[in-house]
Amino acid sequence: MADLINLIENWIKNLLLGWGASAGLTGFILQALGSVLVVMVCFAIVIVLIWVERKLAGRLQDRFGPNRAGPYGIFQSFADMIKIFTKEYVTPAGAEKGLYNIAPVLAMASVLAIWAVFPFAVNVIGADIHVGVLYIVAVGAFGILAILMAGWSSNNKYALLGASRSVAMLISYEIPMVIALLVPVLLSHSMKLSVIVEAQEPWFIFVAPLAALIFSISSMAEIGKAPFDLLEAESELVAGYHTEYSGMKFGMFYVAEFLHQFTVGALITIFFLGGWTGPMAVRWPILGVIYFYGKSLFIYLVISWIRLSLPRIRIDEMLDLNWRFLIPVSFVNLVAVAIADRVMMEFTLARWIYVLVMFGMNMFILWAALAIAERNDQAVEREEFPPRPVAVPPGVDSK
Amino acid sequence: MTIPINWYLLVAAGLFSIGLYGVLSRRNAIGILMGIELMLNAVNINLIAFWRYLDPVRMTGQVFAIFVFTVAAAEVAVGLALVIAIYRNRDTIVIEEIDLLKE
Amino acid sequence: MVPIIIFGLSALITLGAALAVVTNKNILHSAFYLVLAFAGVASLYVLLEAPFIAVVQVLIYIGAIAILIVFAIMLTRRIGSDDLIQRNAQWIWAALGAAGLFLVLGWIVYSVNWPVVTQIVPEDTITILGQELLSTYVIPFEVASVLLLAALVGSIIIGRERE
Repeated sequence: MADLINLIENWIKNLLLGWGASAGLTGFILQALGSVLVVMVCFAIVIVLIWVERKLAGRLQDRFGPNRAGPYGIFQSFADMIKIFTKEYVTPAGAEKGLYNIAPVLAMASVLAIWAVFPFAVNVIGADIHVGVLYIVAVGAFGILAILMAGWSSNNKYALLGASRSVAMLISYEIPMVIALLVPVLLSHSMKLSVIVEAQEPWFIFVAPLAALIFSISSMAEIGKAPFDLLEAESELVAGYHTEYSGMKFGMFYVAEFLHQFTVGALITIFFLGGWTGPMAVRWPILGVIYFYGKSLFIYLVISWIRLSLPRIRIDEMLDLNWRFLIPVSFVNLVAVAIADRVMMEFTLARWIYVLVMFGMNMFILWAALAIAERNDQAVEREEFPPRPVAVPPGVDSK
Repeated sequence: MTIPINWYLLVAAGLFSIGLYGVLSRRNAIGILMGIELMLNAVNINLIAFWRYLDPVRMTGQVFAIFVFTVAAAEVAVGLALVIAIYRNRDTIVIEEIDLLKE
Repeated sequence: MVPIIIFGLSALITLGAALAVVTNKNILHSAFYLVLAFAGVASLYVLLEAPFIAVVQVLIYIGAIAILIVFAIMLTRRIGSDDLIQRNAQWIWAALGAAGLFLVLGWIVYSVNWPVVTQIVPEDTITILGQELLSTYVIPFEVASVLLLAALVGSIIIGRERE
C-alpha cells in the first residue's frame, strides 16, 4: 500500500510480459497508459473546476452560484457539456477551413503538452528532460500561434483585432515570465523539473518571493484572466478571437482556458511551492500526488479570487506595466539573486540565515521598485495636473 | 541500424535548395525573407548533424548553431522593420516595384 | 526501425512544407506552412539527440519569428493583393539553379568519407554548453549580445511612425 503507483505499474508490466510482449513494447504501452491517465484526469478536473469557479464567483458576488442542476448545482458542468456537444457548427462564410479547424485543437494541445514534464511524486514523471523549463515556455508559444490562427481564419474584422491585441499582450508578458522562471533554475542549478522540486529545502516562495510575484502576475496575463482579460473583453470585442466558433470548437477553447489556469497553478506549485513535497511524501508517493494537486487547486482558487475582485486594466496601462515595471524589476531581481547566491556560497551559512538574507533582499528590491514607480507617477501627475488654489473668490483670475 | 549522416545532410541540402528557389523567385519581400529562414534552418541541421556524428563530446557544433539562431532572429527583426517602413512609404512590397535606385 | 520511420516522416513533412512555402500563392498560407517546416526541423533535432537545440528552435522560430512574420504580413496587406502572381519572370532559371545546387551538394555529400565517431553523446549538454559559452566562446557570446542590442534598437527606430 505504501507504493501504490509502483505496484500498479509492476502488475501491468508483468501482465504484458506474461502475454508475450517484448520489453520495448511493454515500456511504450506503460507510457501511453500513463499519458492517457494524465489527460483523462486533466479533463475530469476541468469539469470539477468549472463548477467550483462558478460557485465561488457566485458567493463572492453575494449571490448563489448555479443551484438548479442537481444538489448545489454539481451537475451544471455536465449540462453545459451536453449542450456544447450537441450544438451545430456554424462556420462563417469565407473562413479558411484548414486553419479554422486546427486552431482550437492546437490551443488545447499546447496546454496538454505542458503536463508531460510535471513531476507528480518522487519518481513519477512523464518525461524528465534536461530542458524541462525551456520546454514549458516553448510549448506555451504554440498556444499563442493558435490564437493568431483563430483570429485570422475567422474572416471577421473584430476577431482579427482581438487576436492581434491578445497576441501583442501575450508575447510582451512572456519576457518577465521567463526571466522570473530563471530564478528557481538559478537556485537549484538545473532545468530538470524533478531536480527543481527536490531542491526546495525551504520552498522557493520564501527564498525568492519577488520572482514568485513576477511569475504569478505574468502568468495571469498569459492565461488572460482579469485584470488582464482583454482577450475576452465581452463588453468590447464581442468575444475576441473566438467570436466565430460554436459548438465543440468553442468548447475546446473554453476547456483549454480553464485547463491553462490550472496548469499555471501547477507551474507556480512546482517552481515556488515545492511541488509534491510535504510531510511523508517521499515514503508514500501517493501522498505526493495529493499534495501536488492540492497545492495547484489552492493557487487556482487564488487566481479565481483575484479575477473576481479586480476590474480590467486598459491595454496601454497593461503594456506600460509590463515594459516599464515588470521587465526592469525582473532583470534587477535576477542579477541580484545571482550575485547574492554566489557571494553566500563562499561562506558556509546556516540555512535559515541564507533564506533570511534572500528574503530581505527581495523585499528591498520590491520596495525600491515601488518607490521609484510612485515617484514617477507623482512626477507625471504634477506635470499634467499642476496644483491650483482650491478656493478662488469670484471675479478673480485663477492664475 | 542507426541513421547514416548522409541522410541528414541530404535533407539539409534539399531544404537549402528549396530556400534558394524561394529567395530567387518570389516577388513579395516577406516571401524572400521566408526563403532566407529556410536556408538558415538547413545550415543549422547541417551543423547539428556534424556535431552529433563527428564530435559529440565538445559542444562546438551546438554553440555554432546557437549563434546562427541569434543572427537569424536579429536579421528577421530588422528585415521586417525595413519591409514595414518601405510599405509605409511606397505602399507596395513587391520587390520588382521597389527599384528607385535603378536607372 | 522506429527512428528511421520518424526520420522519414520528419524529413517528408519538412521538405513538403518548405515546398509549399515557396510555391503558395497566398502569402499567409506560406507563413503557416513555414511554421510546419520549423516544427519538422525541431523533430529532426530531437532525433539528433540535441534536445536543447530542438526546444530553442521551437521557442525562437515558432514562438517569435513566425509570429513576427504573420504580423508583418497582416500589416502590409493591400486589398486585392491576394491573387497576385507570386513568381517573378526568372522563376524557371531559379528552379534550374536550385536543382543544380542540390545535385552538386548531394554529390559532395556522398563522395566524402565522413569521419564518423561512435562516442556516446553526453546526456547533460546544457551544463557543458553553459560553461563553454562563458569560457571558450565568451567573445562571440558578447558580440552576439551587442548584435541583438543593435537589432533591437535599429528595428524599433526603423519601424517607428514618422510624425
